Amino acid sequence: MKLRLFTTHHRILGILYLLLSLATVAIGTLLSLLMRIHRVWPDTPLPIIGLLKPEDYLALVTMHGTLMIFFVLTIAPQVGFASLVLPEQIGARNMAFPRLNAASFWIALAALLVLLAAFFVPKGAPISGWTSYPPLSAIPAAGPGEGAGMDLWLASIGLFCLSSWLAAVNILATILGERRAGMTWTRLPMTVWAWLITSILTLLVFAVLLAAIVLLFSDRHLGSSFFVPAGDLINGTIVGRGDGSPLLWLHLFWFFGHPEVYIAVLPGMGLATSLFANFARRDVPGYRIMATMLVAIGLLGLVVWGHHMFVSGMNPYAGTAFALTTMAIAVPSTVEVLGWLSMLTLPTPGGLWSSGPRFPTPMLFALGFLSFFVAGGLTGPILAQPALDSYLHNTFFVVAHFHMVMAMAGTFSIFAGIYYWFPLMTGRLMNETLGKLHFWLSIIGAWGTFFPMHLSGLAGEPRHYERLTGPATSFSGIVANERGITSAALFLAAAQLIFLWNVFWSARRGRPAQPNPWQATTLEWAPVAAFGRIDRGPYEYEIALNEMIFHPQWESASKQE
Amino acid sequence: MPATFTRHPVEIERKDTGIGGKPPLDRRPTGGGGGDDNWDNRPSGRRGPRELLTRYRLGVLFALAGDLMFFVALVSAFFVRQSAGHFDARENYVSDWHALAVPPVLWINTAILILSSLTMEIARRQLFREIDVMDEWLGLGRPAVKRAAPWMVATFVLGSLFLAGQWIAWEQLVQQGFYFNSPDPSSHFFYLITGVHGVHLLLGIAALAGALAGMFILRRIELRQIAVDCTAWYWHTMGIFWIFLFALLAFFQ
Repeated sequence: MKLRLFTTHHRILGILYLLLSLATVAIGTLLSLLMRIHRVWPDTPLPIIGLLKPEDYLALVTMHGTLMIFFVLTIAPQVGFASLVLPEQIGARNMAFPRLNAASFWIALAALLVLLAAFFVPKGAPISGWTSYPPLSAIPAAGPGEGAGMDLWLASIGLFCLSSWLAAVNILATILGERRAGMTWTRLPMTVWAWLITSILTLLVFAVLLAAIVLLFSDRHLGSSFFVPAGDLINGTIVGRGDGSPLLWLHLFWFFGHPEVYIAVLPGMGLATSLFANFARRDVPGYRIMATMLVAIGLLGLVVWGHHMFVSGMNPYAGTAFALTTMAIAVPSTVEVLGWLSMLTLPTPGGLWSSGPRFPTPMLFALGFLSFFVAGGLTGPILAQPALDSYLHNTFFVVAHFHMVMAMAGTFSIFAGIYYWFPLMTGRLMNETLGKLHFWLSIIGAWGTFFPMHLSGLAGEPRHYERLTGPATSFSGIVANERGITSAALFLAAAQLIFLWNVFWSARRGRPAQPNPWQATTLEWAPVAAFGRIDRGPYEYEIALNEMIFHPQWESASKQE
Repeated sequence: MPATFTRHPVEIERKDTGIGGKPPLDRRPTGGGGGDDNWDNRPSGRRGPRELLTRYRLGVLFALAGDLMFFVALVSAFFVRQSAGHFDARENYVSDWHALAVPPVLWINTAILILSSLTMEIARRQLFREIDVMDEWLGLGRPAVKRAAPWMVATFVLGSLFLAGQWIAWEQLVQQGFYFNSPDPSSHFFYLITGVHGVHLLLGIAALAGALAGMFILRRIELRQIAVDCTAWYWHTMGIFWIFLFALLAFFQ
């Protein structure tokens, strides 16, 4: 397939979205390595950059978070994969609005370039974190990078909101309006359910983020005081103009920020369900329940944002309410996990299975996703307790939690999707040996990087300190642990070079893929686009006479019987 | 074939269309299973009279749902900021919120905007009158365009009048000493909410101009219908948003 600019073909746009995320993840990873190296050798000058100042460290934190969350974990699983396969999975030819899809890609690219430009303006990138809490973010004089850098951050995220908004409109219109005849709600692949829910979340929450950005911009440049508190003192000058409330920003931001986590991880959950069914050669037990639980996670995800704010001065009674909703979200998540485990370990109701699941690279990465989703998920209810959170909130425990459950689970599901759908992008399979090597090195590196962070966090290591030992603070006891984390992070990043090599090598020289190389049942693998009414479910596998039979959705049920 | 609103009484009253015969009274849908009846086999976008229209309406609906959340966020910020304050040295709770009396010209603007929604709706309905649509579809002139265009021009004028009225309201506030950056949070919200809504309406006017041009440029009648229909729904939504925002600014200070 020829890669052409300004195309409106959904699959090429999907590839472009994924390339955008790939470029971003490379930059974001480099930034995180700089941070890791700085944490263990804070006084060693780095090549090219020289000695990192404390504010540079904060700028790295901000840009790493913003790049990864918006341009990798939001784009790749949702609009990237949806552009790639959503139309085919529901039996359509293209997205509902192909040109809108292209527009939203180019706006996302513009947003990325504007964000990266923040590195090159005077005083550099913003330092207020990906959450941009005021008053730090509201007053240009509050710190280096909070002037032009912060303005570029705001412009970039504003553009990104617009791009996601358009993409979500497109995905929703596609799912609701473009399904082929017979593609009923219970015949949708689980990925489509996930995209449906994440798109609804995107519509609801990115608009709120945009409103918050407009208010913050107005505070910075138009002299208002929505977020700047009275008597706010910066460098000996009172800059507070009225009774603005930083807490208002936190509410608006986390009303976006928490569902954002589900936007990043729900497509991975849908994909994992599909992959487990595909490679365990079985149906999805309780399909309706699994789909309903995805919806429940999405809906509950809209009412838990306050658990990010237990230590922000929010009313403690509100904290109790948010603790309850947050713990409630563990219920549908657990149902999903139990559903996956039963798919992997129990035989199908009707029969025995002969050989157990197969484990090609996409399946391995889906299992890796599961391991991080469970391990990161288990610390969720711990952090949902306001009492525990008040100790843990500003420590590395939280960093460990969200890197496990969102960053690593999200990344592993993206890898699973790329290995799985690579034949659709290039007509070739990715190299299986390199893929497995990549998986095992990555999972060792990822666990080695993020699991020990829990221990550092429990020992009290603060999240935003640029160095562990110094005149004011001393965490010399955990420096050894930190060295281990840094080595594991370098190891993890190095393992990704195998992936990069594999992608670019396999795209040109990989083994040509058969039609439907994974023997899947969902429609994106249909060898011919012309087929009639859908009358099969998404995951119809069975065993008869020790032989594996599967019924793709593009085959008619009536024709065979 | 494009979508129409079927109105039998009108159809019956118009005995003579002037093109040689009256339209048939009983509608004969094709069917029977033969020929090219299965719309599913046709290329996307040509499967039945309402396929494209429904698609675009869905898109506009979802985009406006997101837009609603944008305004909901602003309105909730309004209420939060209104109740914000601090304790002074004597432990008194003081708030810097002073209610703003909205300029009375806003009432006239609101009436103009409601009127513009009416004209827009009349224009939209012209595009779906069965007889006119059939005429256009058969290539017998553009009666629907001719009927709708004046109403769209009227909407354009009324919309511009509304924006001019908002500008006058700002001028009046400035004369009273309320600027965007005056210390009152209520005046920030007034300027911000009217400004953001004004930008939305400006986009609506641009869409209206585009639809007006599209009526003469677009060759497929379905696309002409879509251009006017989607603009109209956007316009109505902005009208409804404004009524709520105006009520907020006028009565909930």
